Amino acid sequence: MSQYTLNINGKPHTVDAAPDTPLLWVLRDTLNLVGTKFGCGVGQCGACTVHLGGTPARACQTPVSEVGRRPVTTIEGLDPKAAHPLQRAWQELDVPQCGYCQAGQIMTAAALLKSKPRPSDADIDDALAGNLCRCGTYLRIRAGIHRAAELADSKKKSAA
Amino acid sequence: MNEPTPIDAGRRDFLRKSAIAGGGLVLGCYLKAADSAVPRVAKPSAIATNGEFRPNAFIRIAPNGAVTLISKQPEIGQGIKTSLPMVIAEELEVDWRDVTVVQGDLDPAYGSQGAGGSRSTPTNYEEFHRLGATARTMLVEAAALTWKVPAAECVAEGSAVHHPRLKRKLGYGQLAVKASALPVPAVEAVRLKDPKDYKLLGTRVGGVDNPAVVAGKPLFGIDVKLPGLLYAVYEKCPAFAGKVVSANLAEVKALPGVRDAFVIEGGTDLRGLLPGVAIVADSTWAAFSARRRLKVVWDEGKVAGESWDGFAAKARAIAGQPGAEVLRKDGDVAAVLVGPVQTVAAAYRYPFISHASIEPQNCTAWFRDGKLELWAPTQNPETGQKLVAETLGLPKENITLHITRSGGGFGRRLIADYIVEAAAIARRVAAPVKLTWSREDDLRHDHFRAGGFHFLRGGLDAKGRLVAWHDHFVTFANPILKDGQPALQPGSGASLSGDEFPGRWVQNCLLEQTPLECGIPMGPWRAPGSNVFAWVFHSFIDELAYAAGRDPLEFRLEILGDRDVVPGTGDKGTPYDVSRMKRVLRYAAEQAGWGRKTFPRGQGQGIAFHFSHRGYIAQIAEVTVSREGALKVDRVVVATDIGAQIVNLSGAENQVQGSVVDGLGTLLFQELNIERGRVVQGNFDEYPMIRIPDAPTRIEVHFLKTDYPVTGLGEPALPPLAPAVCNAVFAAIGKRVRQLPLARTDLRWS
Repeated sequence: MSQYTLNINGKPHTVDAAPDTPLLWVLRDTLNLVGTKFGCGVGQCGACTVHLGGTPARACQTPVSEVGRRPVTTIEGLDPKAAHPLQRAWQELDVPQCGYCQAGQIMTAAALLKSKPRPSDADIDDALAGNLCRCGTYLRIRAGIHRAAELADSKKKSAA
Repeated sequence: MNEPTPIDAGRRDFLRKSAIAGGGLVLGCYLKAADSAVPRVAKPSAIATNGEFRPNAFIRIAPNGAVTLISKQPEIGQGIKTSLPMVIAEELEVDWRDVTVVQGDLDPAYGSQGAGGSRSTPTNYEEFHRLGATARTMLVEAAALTWKVPAAECVAEGSAVHHPRLKRKLGYGQLAVKASALPVPAVEAVRLKDPKDYKLLGTRVGGVDNPAVVAGKPLFGIDVKLPGLLYAVYEKCPAFAGKVVSANLAEVKALPGVRDAFVIEGGTDLRGLLPGVAIVADSTWAAFSARRRLKVVWDEGKVAGESWDGFAAKARAIAGQPGAEVLRKDGDVAAVLVGPVQTVAAAYRYPFISHASIEPQNCTAWFRDGKLELWAPTQNPETGQKLVAETLGLPKENITLHITRSGGGFGRRLIADYIVEAAAIARRVAAPVKLTWSREDDLRHDHFRAGGFHFLRGGLDAKGRLVAWHDHFVTFANPILKDGQPALQPGSGASLSGDEFPGRWVQNCLLEQTPLECGIPMGPWRAPGSNVFAWVFHSFIDELAYAAGRDPLEFRLEILGDRDVVPGTGDKGTPYDVSRMKRVLRYAAEQAGWGRKTFPRGQGQGIAFHFSHRGYIAQIAEVTVSREGALKVDRVVVATDIGAQIVNLSGAENQVQGSVVDGLGTLLFQELNIERGRVVQGNFDEYPMIRIPDAPTRIEVHFLKTDYPVTGLGEPALPPLAPAVCNAVFAAIGKRVRQLPLARTDLRWS
């Protein structure tokens, strides 16, 4: 076991863990941040997507020893009031079915919107291809991202 | 839509009358008595002592006006936790914003709590209306007594009772104490709302757990956290139901974080506690890591001789022989097919597949003082409790089961193997313990959708009419003991009904079935049976239509014919309403522009329909196939008739869209291979699932409102998708897909 200090959702957390422990299990078992989900353990499903240094990463493929000082953002830290445009759009359009994959979908989509504020369907398909939704909510995920882009846009305009 | 026929009008009249008299009667007509939960409504009220109004087990109204509704069925993504409480809320006349929905634990007070067979809506719909209406009647009575006016002058609306003339209003919370003292009115004294006055039903309501889902709050079984929680894995024999001979337990117990490791002897029931090795550790990762060092010597048994290739060879060998069982024999197929008809023959096959629900199986169990507490993502809590009680020899009343949200179900969580494993492990551990399956466990120890082989022949007369139909279905079955004698039990959904369309419609029809004995666990997979039979039969009907030079829609309408309702065969047969099916078929065709659109080569439309789970569904798919063989589904038009009322329009659309995507993913990719009595694939890198780029560009969902009882939508929209797409592929490039997954068919064209 080794000690690691992680910057998660803007706060430092010191944890004891074996160096090869995936960040996923540190989040879930140690820190009780269970919004990041276990789906496959091999980086194929995207349910464990977090932002690592601002970039989407698979928490199940990220050993805790390799996180270092890079800030980690999980679904719990995406927005202080859980009111990120994606989180609002997801509720407005009733995107989820079982909901298990949706945190991963939202985290991937949030990174997409940062780099492309008005993505096309093709951009969305490219960016979200690593996130499985077993219930098949893909059409609503596409619509949800477009809606979130609108919400973010109108927020910017009203701020200006 | 067509004008209702006289028979429709009669039914509508009956429905209305029954609703006045207590709508449970309507359900009683087409559901078994056991499905009807009617007696529960007449149960004496449970009056709470804390000032809450509790007219029944499902409704609580607090003095502060907070309304709590209990969802008794497990939420697995089908939306039941939102839709059934909406039914209560509609009749109760509460503002939906005042409502909190709470998941009920397993409790006999709630009646049946299984979620399967798309039955939750039809078996509860009428009763939930009366639950809400009964409570509303009592609240109105309480207000009337307060104001000393006749109850008929009072109006319930927006979580309050109003007296329009006196301009008075009392909130439900203010009435809670008074209403609690009133007797529960007789069924006859409770009036249900006229559907034209519905404010909530039929609107778009977001899932009640959506705020928690998007915030990443704990909801699912795998999220359960308890003080002192330990974490377990359970290794079973890769070959199905193999036994443990020995394991390096001492070595594993010495690994970091490991608290214990032990063998569980288990039994032979594929749906029960199978033999294996449990490792209990301080964290999930410690348990996963220790498992990599676990070495088990297995006795694999005779299942190790089984392989898919072996079964396929057997199926080919017996294809031309008479089937072991004749399911339907009308007319004389053999004589007709050697006569002056055009005969078409084809063989169709599909593989075993997994449910692959995205939340791997898991269960948390805590054994204390001879009592067991369980937290399980399950579709069938009663089965879980029963299996644990029988296996561990515990009285049922000593087993508490908390139903968590499930990360997908699709039928997988009707089987309680993972629950009994957690319980058996917990019994050996002095702490709460969470068993988590790996994805590999989940794919390899599923209760699979069975593979199958169909050897088909059809006959067309000189006018291109379908006059003969023959299917020899080679399926899979497990050996069982029936009345002490060895017998073969076909897998769930792996047995054909003699009534399966076009059985009952073709004058010369022979449906035969031969089971192949196997040790592979099989279970219900979303729309069992239908999910493959619709593909096989509607693909072959399409082949026959083209062979006859007929339009595929017109050919199908001719087969359906002019009968209204075709009765089922025997006691268990299901009647089939031809007029309902023709209506959705014509509607889908009209919306899709069937026969009016022309497509260049490489593009086309395909059509299919299917009746299952009491729902009538037609689908038309439009596809593009590139010269390189890449398939894109551009558009799917779905027309459904699931009765008089869509409960939650958003949820219903989501189910249909999801069924289309799930049906497409299964069609395109899903396939498990079996070698040496075990599943070859282990994870999503080897077992591809549909991803967003392959989802259709457009899915158009049409709900045809009819006068029939309200039925479920978790399953019936899935089966027609695969044949609609394959028929569209044929229209586009002239290649017939006769083997699943479709990825095995080369779609290149020039």
